[in-house]
Amino acid sequence: MSTDVSVEPMGPAVEKPRHTRREVIYRHTFLVRVNHWINALVIFLMIGSGLNIFGAHPRLYWGEKGDASDPAIASIGARMGPHGALHGVTHIGAKTFDTTGVLGASMSHGHMVGLAWPSWIILPGFQDLADARHWHFFFAWVLIFNGVAYLAWSLAIRHVQRDLWPTWKDIGLLPRSVWEHVRNKHPTGEEAKRYNVLQKLAYLGLIALVLGMVGTGLTMSPGIDAFAPWLLDLFGGRQSARTLHFVFASGIVLFIVVHVAEVFLAGPINETRSIVTGNYHVPPDRTAKVQQAKERG
Amino acid sequence: MARLTRRAALAGGLTGSGLLLAGCSQTIHADQLTGAAAFQHVLDYGADWTLHTQRFLLGGGALAREYRPSDISRGFKANGTLNPDYPAYNQAVSEAFANWKLVIDGMVARPLSLSLTQLRRLPARTQITRHDCVEGWSAIGGWTGVPLGLLLKAARLQAGARYAVFYCADNLDGEPAKGGAQAPGQYYESLDLADAFHPQTLIAYAMNGQPLAVPHGAPLRLRVERQLGYKHAKYLQRISLTDTLAGINGGKGGYWEDRGYEWYAGM
Repeated sequence: MSTDVSVEPMGPAVEKPRHTRREVIYRHTFLVRVNHWINALVIFLMIGSGLNIFGAHPRLYWGEKGDASDPAIASIGARMGPHGALHGVTHIGAKTFDTTGVLGASMSHGHMVGLAWPSWIILPGFQDLADARHWHFFFAWVLIFNGVAYLAWSLAIRHVQRDLWPTWKDIGLLPRSVWEHVRNKHPTGEEAKRYNVLQKLAYLGLIALVLGMVGTGLTMSPGIDAFAPWLLDLFGGRQSARTLHFVFASGIVLFIVVHVAEVFLAGPINETRSIVTGNYHVPPDRTAKVQQAKERG
Repeated sequence: MARLTRRAALAGGLTGSGLLLAGCSQTIHADQLTGAAAFQHVLDYGADWTLHTQRFLLGGGALAREYRPSDISRGFKANGTLNPDYPAYNQAVSEAFANWKLVIDGMVARPLSLSLTQLRRLPARTQITRHDCVEGWSAIGGWTGVPLGLLLKAARLQAGARYAVFYCADNLDGEPAKGGAQAPGQYYESLDLADAFHPQTLIAYAMNGQPLAVPHGAPLRLRVERQLGYKHAKYLQRISLTDTLAGINGGKGGYWEDRGYEWYAGM
């Protein structure tokens, strides 16, 4: 527990100095905190090595099959311009974009080179399918063990059922929650002690995305396909699974961007402390403060 | 450090901490790590886990999915060597491979030397399967050939034989093939007996009902349907049974394996 007197800019202290005791709750169990930080590190290794692997054949298809002679849903390539300069070209559906500098052609060691994804994001930092695969599959195992530990523990202590699964009441509060997020108003008091409905949906959505990543990743394995051919039916074929693997990964990147942004908006110190130590300092109840101010006024 | 700075600038703002973390690990260490033997050794545990997990799951000899004729790719991509193109091979092409021999030797009780005519007389299997390249693309083709297990049974494996090593007529390093297993760049591959005796593992001589074309490995290629494309060695000349892969070329059991790819390519 800790006390806090400095963050109450509620008018001059005309009354006798009043120490407000801040309530501290134990929000994240030890295992969840360890899970979180392993994920936070490994996800970047997976994205970097995954994009390196993608770069070996930067075309996405739908169905079981797809190679250079088949139409692609999306593709990244490079072409030589009229003055010998390399241009990055990205196709999405029937649309073509010049993505020079980022996709298709980008600077590496001072030279413009043909690379699907730029060297600063891929792992290793140059086109290297063999090593990228070693990285990707090693850290995929790390993520799988981490994810299984998280899910088993969270289901066992009813974290998922109690804290993440939205109630009908939550669903009813969805429009209000969206409006509060738009106005950057974060819950206080009793409401801050539990996840709001958008948080619940975001975290459940992340779990679903990760399961989708594992499922589509395994579907790309010819060995696993022999063992579980239903995976091919579930994801619409091996090349569809490869495309969905990229789409789900994009969803995870979107989650990370919003997640980190919300940490900054909701209070970076308190939020980061809670996922390091487990202790979360509950923001004082906004409505109660308004009530007090009225009584004083 | 220039790259780190650029990355820090790009990563700045809200997502700074996370991306910068990746930036550090990547710019400073990743490329060195990739070259470090000890780190590769750690990563190899991942590949071993994959092999053992899949061997556990696939222990029952599950079959790869087979497709309908209408699923066959119109332009099945040929990869690797597209034409060995050296005098002895070109002569074999001009003779329609009438004098081509497939030798089975090494740890077998009865070494074999089979002509194409002899192979075509043996019981055959036809399967329409998906070919997955390590690069990421897939193509569907129909294959006809002799199950490898049948040939190995005929050659009678000696006790202790663990691997079938496949020697090919093509040289991927661009030199004309010099012959012999040790020639640099000579394509070769290997399977353990679990995959060698799998019913869909074929010594294929026909593709989509036609004799195998040169870009696809004429006159003989391996089909090992539960693994990636680089295991499907083309231009087969010799299958040798052995108890170890050490001492054969780079010692990793294949052309691409010697260049860093996984020996078990089921993933």
